Amino acid sequence: MTNGFVRRYIFSTDHKIIGIQYILTGLIMAIVGAWLAVLIRLQLGWPEHQWVFLSRLLPKGMPSGVMTPEFYLAVVTMHGTIMVFFFISYVLVSGFGNYLVPLQVGARDMAFPFLNMLSYWIALLSAVVMVLSFFVEGGAAAAGWTAYPPLSAVASAVPGSQMGQTLWILSMALFIASFTMSGLNIVATVFSTRAPGLSMMRLPLTVWSFFIASILGLLAFPPLTAGAVMLLFDRHFGTSFFLPSGLVVAGKLLPNTGGSPLLWQHLFWFLGHPEVYVLILPALGIAFDILPAFTRKPVFGYRISVWCLVAVGCLSMIVWGHHMFVSGMSPFTGEYFSLVTLTITVPMTIFGVNMLASLWGAKLELRTPMLFALSVIAMFGSGGFGGLFLGNATADMQLHDTYFVVGHFHMMIGGVTLLATFAAIYFWFPKMFGRTMNETLGRLHFWFTFGPFFVIFFMQHFLGLQGAPRRYYAFTAFDYLRDTRGQNLAISIAALLLVSGQLLFLVNFVWSLFGGLAAKANPWQATTLEWTTASPPPHGNFETQPVVERWAYEYGVQTTDGDFAVQTVPARNVPVTA
Amino acid sequence: MRRSLETALAAALFAVVGIGGVVYGARSWMPPLASRHGAGIDAMLLYLLVTVGGLFLTGYLALAYLIWRGGRRDRIGTRLASHKTEVVLSVVLGLGMAVIAEGGVLGIGMPVWTEYFDAAPPADATVIEVTAQQFMWNVRYPGADGRFGRTAPQLVDETTNPLGLDRSDPAATDDIVTINEIAVPFGRAVRIRLHAKDVIHSFFLPHFRVKQDAVPGMTPEMVFFPTSTGSFELACAELCGLAHYRMRGFFNVVSETQFRAWLSTQAATR
Repeated sequence: MTNGFVRRYIFSTDHKIIGIQYILTGLIMAIVGAWLAVLIRLQLGWPEHQWVFLSRLLPKGMPSGVMTPEFYLAVVTMHGTIMVFFFISYVLVSGFGNYLVPLQVGARDMAFPFLNMLSYWIALLSAVVMVLSFFVEGGAAAAGWTAYPPLSAVASAVPGSQMGQTLWILSMALFIASFTMSGLNIVATVFSTRAPGLSMMRLPLTVWSFFIASILGLLAFPPLTAGAVMLLFDRHFGTSFFLPSGLVVAGKLLPNTGGSPLLWQHLFWFLGHPEVYVLILPALGIAFDILPAFTRKPVFGYRISVWCLVAVGCLSMIVWGHHMFVSGMSPFTGEYFSLVTLTITVPMTIFGVNMLASLWGAKLELRTPMLFALSVIAMFGSGGFGGLFLGNATADMQLHDTYFVVGHFHMMIGGVTLLATFAAIYFWFPKMFGRTMNETLGRLHFWFTFGPFFVIFFMQHFLGLQGAPRRYYAFTAFDYLRDTRGQNLAISIAALLLVSGQLLFLVNFVWSLFGGLAAKANPWQATTLEWTTASPPPHGNFETQPVVERWAYEYGVQTTDGDFAVQTVPARNVPVTA
Repeated sequence: MRRSLETALAAALFAVVGIGGVVYGARSWMPPLASRHGAGIDAMLLYLLVTVGGLFLTGYLALAYLIWRGGRRDRIGTRLASHKTEVVLSVVLGLGMAVIAEGGVLGIGMPVWTEYFDAAPPADATVIEVTAQQFMWNVRYPGADGRFGRTAPQLVDETTNPLGLDRSDPAATDDIVTINEIAVPFGRAVRIRLHAKDVIHSFFLPHFRVKQDAVPGMTPEMVFFPTSTGSFELACAELCGLAHYRMRGFFNVVSETQFRAWLSTQAATR
């Protein structure tokens, strides 16, 4: 059996299998995360309604069919944690990163295949620990995905801060260990295993985006690891890193002295801000690379876009304080963070416009991956504009911790990444499984996804302008929020529509896995190296070592294959144009 | 090649989103304004809503047009833009965006921000101490002597002495303590010292454009000037536990005489 099924598909060191394992794990976690989102929306859309069938399913969390506040907070916390770390990070960054990077750089595998396998299994363990935390005494962590102490540090502050929060920290520690190994692997692979002729400036932008995202992860995660250990010590071993003197929680004076709750926020956001770029850069890179296959012309501004990603990566390390404008941090620091944060709009605008300009003069083919890639541009613009408000300290005074923030980050690290994930799955599914996904179902899925998603989170921005704070169990206790009732109802209906629409994807995915039409080696007539090998690629990826002769976007040229030249076509056959 | 129905639909989708978004957004969403510095914050938000609204509409219409146009071509138009075109477009748009974003911060935002945080509190400001705890707002006035009495966490008793007031301190004897209710006289600035007893809370007065986290171990101060009378809601804006969503207080701006009467009633009921 050692060389059989188990070795090949379970404990595999092949980056393609590991990538697919990550993607499948992430999709399962997405189902969990989406289910939690449904619970949130049921509560906010219909507060106090008794969902009898749910009381049978969740006797503890929804005893009479109405969610308890403690369960609500656990659900909100876990929805955020799961979607950010266990869905988007797994599917988009680790999954597609693993699958695509070696193929697109013309390598046989990742630089460290065994380490890669280890990353996946630790990642899986981390996900299991996180999900299991729902079942411990007090329920899952309930202090929000940002886990601000003292709420997250003191067990009597909220039920989720009992065992649930400890498991949350342990799961995050495992996640970070795994993500660091996987990031290191991607960086090493890009540095050391590129095919002959594949200079850095010939890499597809997808690889660039994984490369920069991985470097960011490597730089940003260690401080959170330190923070997580300190929080664990505060919780269980009597230290006071984040707990100041004189805390009286639930009527009891705590013995701690001398800590600072703000320290956690600095450590958390020092990771947290780069982390959102870890998620969004691959999404942008993937969308950027999918566009030319359906415009049949080269992308606009490849080199400038690369430098935009580099610039965004650097800037993302020095802007974390924009999450803390009203936290009690010095107002002078607020001015600094405001100015630096908004410089990010410059490279991001250029990048967005380059995507848009790539459509200029296009011969457009609206296949499913393209529909999703186009919607990435739209969502990226919409979400990005919200950043102009929140990066501005003066505007943020009113908007901080309201639904404006919820709307903004869902569009960016929820929407852009989700739409790019779908674009990527539809685009590379034929390569991964040798079968094609159903086109009609795919397009239908698009129409059920972009619209509802946009409506939900666009409306939430305006809830924020009305002053609706986030993480509220209901908006019934305040008079000034009475008018938000109808809006929340509309958002909930759109959310249910969005989630139902995803069934189309699930059906399509599973059905195509077994019954899809056989795929050719290069079904989209694309130019990057993965399309030069069979679908699915054999172990070792390429029959012979590919030699790269040109950049990744040679579309709109006359060749024997059609209107494109893959990166290995020699310059003497087809002139290199960039 | 004829444009397919779907291309037309996709172009229409993005055009509708762009136009619909601007139409939906172009309403007055904010709660009515009740503070002086809040006018600056509203100006900042208005500036952003207008500029961003314009960019949003332009972007969506451009996307819709490019889809509409690209769906009809049999062959590509421009293949590769010149390096110069790429650079010029980047520089122009990058600079344009920098001017809009940073210009807003420097031109409108920063002065408002600086004035709010740097302004010396007027001598006649009403001084109030607010101590947030799960799930209420403890409010304290210094009383006639103008001095807050000493407090100590060891003295806290949730039913009789939630602030841990040291009754042996002479300055503490005339301190006035209320729960979830703040009253201030109209026509004077308000100066609030913020504490938190247990976890982080956030003092949010939506109508006043005031939001400040209450962090245990820190004592941030806020100074602002009410511009209308009435009763306004105070909300907690930082997740603080189970009843976060109903941690509600009232901020009443009343006349000087009503304020004095209210204070003496509070002092008497103590």
